[in-house]
Amino acid sequence: MRFLAAFLSGGLFGIGLMISGMTDTRKVIGWLDIFGDWDPTLAFVMGGAIIPMAIAWQIAARRATPALGGTFPAPPEPRLGRNLVVGSVLFGAGWGLAGLCPGPAIASIVWGGVGGAVFLVTMILGMVAAPSIKQSLAGAQTT
Amino acid sequence: MPQDWLLGLLGGALIGLAAAAYLLINGRVMGASGIIGSLVDRTARENARERIAFLAGLVLFPGVAALVTGTANTHVTGNLALVAVAGLLVGVGTRVANGCTSGHGVCGISRLSLRGIVATVFYIGAGGLTVVLFRHLLGWI
Repeated sequence: MRFLAAFLSGGLFGIGLMISGMTDTRKVIGWLDIFGDWDPTLAFVMGGAIIPMAIAWQIAARRATPALGGTFPAPPEPRLGRNLVVGSVLFGAGWGLAGLCPGPAIASIVWGGVGGAVFLVTMILGMVAAPSIKQSLAGAQTT
Repeated sequence: MPQDWLLGLLGGALIGLAAAAYLLINGRVMGASGIIGSLVDRTARENARERIAFLAGLVLFPGVAALVTGTANTHVTGNLALVAVAGLLVGVGTRVANGCTSGHGVCGISRLSLRGIVATVFYIGAGGLTVVLFRHLLGWI
């Protein structure tokens, strides 16, 4: 059941990314292009996604456990920290360059062509390298 | 197209419903970078199969939809060196920041997490500056 539920959530996420235009790099770069021909679509995508999820958090707060057992995620960590800012800036730069973030990069792999494949492979390489980069950032902070 | 905002809202609602289901049924935060990242760097092994099932759905459903409609196009730039740099930045950045558009953006902002809001401000800001630099000043994208 857990696997079927996760499989269907992933599928719904993918179809949502596709319908909303998040798998089209022109729309994503268009949204980030505030000084050019700005495309507001992504604001509607974020709004449309945040509303049902905000309701879900409210429901979760009133329940002891998820439907299939286990525990709900811990409350959000209050500390911000340098990793959050440095990581988000690096991520945003890559997002602006190619117009892909992790969800759409995975969802579009069947039809994303060579460019999509290169993005996915290099993204995974970056993810594998990230823990050691994180460590050296922490090291730089203490010295 | 004039109906783009409507498709955005509809697709966004499906993304939100997927995140809601993953939370209320499986008890997990639906963050794409965490789901794939913790598989490839082999952290958090205990739920690996659940994450693989999520990723299988994420690849299969839109993949089949793309084959059926035949119109899906990501319009990724042909400049593969640029794509590779972008991929590395996204991979490193999302794992160092511990989240991306789905985790910090959708799941974080919806519970008013300060980390989610701050991350979103910085990645949208950095993305906007990158587009200004590489599209309008350098003309590379």
